[in-house]
Amino acid sequence: MPASLTELLQLVLNGFMAGSVLALPAIGLTTIFAIRRYLNFSIAGHMSIGAYAGYVANVSLGWSSSAALVVAFLVAGVFGIVTDRLALRPVLRFGLTLVAVASIALNLVLENLVRFCFGNDIRSYDIAVARDWSLGPLRIGPQSFAALLIAAAIMLVLFLFLALTPLGKAMRAVGDNPVLADIKGIDPERIGSIATFTAMGLCGVGGMLLGLATSLDPELGFHVLLSVFAAAVVGGLGSIPGAVVGAMFIGVFEELSLLAVQPSYRSVMGFVAILLMLLLRPQGILGSGRS
Amino acid sequence: MLSYVVAMLTLAAIYATMALGLNVMWGMAGMVNFGVAGFFAIGAYAAALGETRLGLPIAGGMLAGAALTAAVAGLACLGLRRLRDDYFAIVTLGIAEVVRTVADNEIWLTHGSDGVSNIPQPLRGLFAAHYDLFYLALCVVLTAASYAVAEAARAAPFGRVLRALRDDPQVAAVAGKNVVWFQVRAFALGGAMIGLAGAMYGQFTQYITPDIFVPLLTIYIFLAVTLGGKGSNTGTLLGTVIVVLVLESTRFAAGILPGIGAVQIAAGRGMLIGVCFLAILQLRPGGMLAEPVLRVRRAAPPQASRSGGGDQASAASDT
Repeated sequence: MPASLTELLQLVLNGFMAGSVLALPAIGLTTIFAIRRYLNFSIAGHMSIGAYAGYVANVSLGWSSSAALVVAFLVAGVFGIVTDRLALRPVLRFGLTLVAVASIALNLVLENLVRFCFGNDIRSYDIAVARDWSLGPLRIGPQSFAALLIAAAIMLVLFLFLALTPLGKAMRAVGDNPVLADIKGIDPERIGSIATFTAMGLCGVGGMLLGLATSLDPELGFHVLLSVFAAAVVGGLGSIPGAVVGAMFIGVFEELSLLAVQPSYRSVMGFVAILLMLLLRPQGILGSGRS
Repeated sequence: MLSYVVAMLTLAAIYATMALGLNVMWGMAGMVNFGVAGFFAIGAYAAALGETRLGLPIAGGMLAGAALTAAVAGLACLGLRRLRDDYFAIVTLGIAEVVRTVADNEIWLTHGSDGVSNIPQPLRGLFAAHYDLFYLALCVVLTAASYAVAEAARAAPFGRVLRALRDDPQVAAVAGKNVVWFQVRAFALGGAMIGLAGAMYGQFTQYITPDIFVPLLTIYIFLAVTLGGKGSNTGTLLGTVIVVLVLESTRFAAGILPGIGAVQIAAGRGMLIGVCFLAILQLRPGGMLAEPVLRVRRAAPPQASRSGGGDQASAASDT
């Protein structure tokens, strides 16, 4: 089955739109890993929390979808800080692997909290359904395109924050070398809390963007968990630019895989990408190789 | 009621076999396997399809389930041996998703979401009157056999080497141990037990679908091992019995709490399990029957803070 150039371009375009949504939770995952050194599987639950917080704002309260995105960020961020303090930090002294196990248990709690409040029904946001735009032979879904723009804007703000503000520089310092940062008078506890809030807030926004592009259910985050992990691993765990590059790569890779495999196997393409990357370049595209 | 209790105990025995397998991999050898449900599925499907499609005898099907799962686990361990712990965790989680996706989509092989039905049960004709009691007894015997094997492995030099390389692979390697070979064997042994549990599960329910092998199952098994005592086979058995008791007793909550739907009951149960798990991890991560060595380590905090993960916690609390 030879793919036409148009078909190929369409898939790449779809891949970038899907990748931009993956990028936000991938940044969240990689940030937590950079600052706290553990894998946080509860990013899936935080995506669902954010998506449903946005749902309450958008559908129950009738707010605009952009206001609802802010709600998704704040609620998921607060959940992130509270659960990190209550559930994950106390386990840290017993080792990083147990924290990862704890984050899976935490994910179970968060997902079921959403299920308890909203049930298993598939829901969607209150937004005008628009027809796909045509760009020559290419088709673009307005919702997906809006998600791409929003994700890109958020990432731009994040990079400016990390590059230019004292707080952003302090965060990068803690990520690079926590002991040195501590010696220089940076309070790792405070930085860690801010980073956790931001990271989980981004997961919440990612969850809502995903819900805007598709639909809402309590396992919304879990459906893409493997892809998010793939993005972070492919980009290099701990590297924020890496997470963005990795997310774009995974988005395009998953779409292009449709040329070779059935659509139902799309969800495990992230796994294939992880395996390839771990075998070929374990430190990731932009990883430092530090272990 | 009696038949319910018998069914519950049978399920407990199956879960216990699976938990023993995880304990060999994680508790004894220190390799975290987030794909337990996937290995369980491999054993269940290999046995069920071997019996229903290839006409294997029932014992042959069970053997095939355990052997195939052991082979997959051993090969996975061999392929992933150089990965750091966190990557190992991600990849094993991925393996389980791949297995479930394959079971869902390769309809020619697995019947997809229709599942495999009419899975034969051993000696059905002989014990027709009280078959469920007989099957419980069979499961208990198989679980006891798995326990005996796991205990023998733990007490043998093999078990000592596993503990040594779990606690410090470099020291074990310097001591002349072939780390990889020991890890692969431990993973294959654990895989065989998980696969056997899968074959038992298929016989017990006589029907399997991909929906059964969800990550939630992996969480239950991790909870059972953690609660009982990671590294302790006796603790693992104890932990599994408690987990199954809690899971099953909460089913009756629906009768006590009127006005709450089935979905909310299930969600409440999920939250309860998660919160209990978190509480155990924080209060008694060694479990009920912790390995003695863990107690010593906890009594000496400076040593704990040297073990990689503690660095940051102590750095944070110093400020």
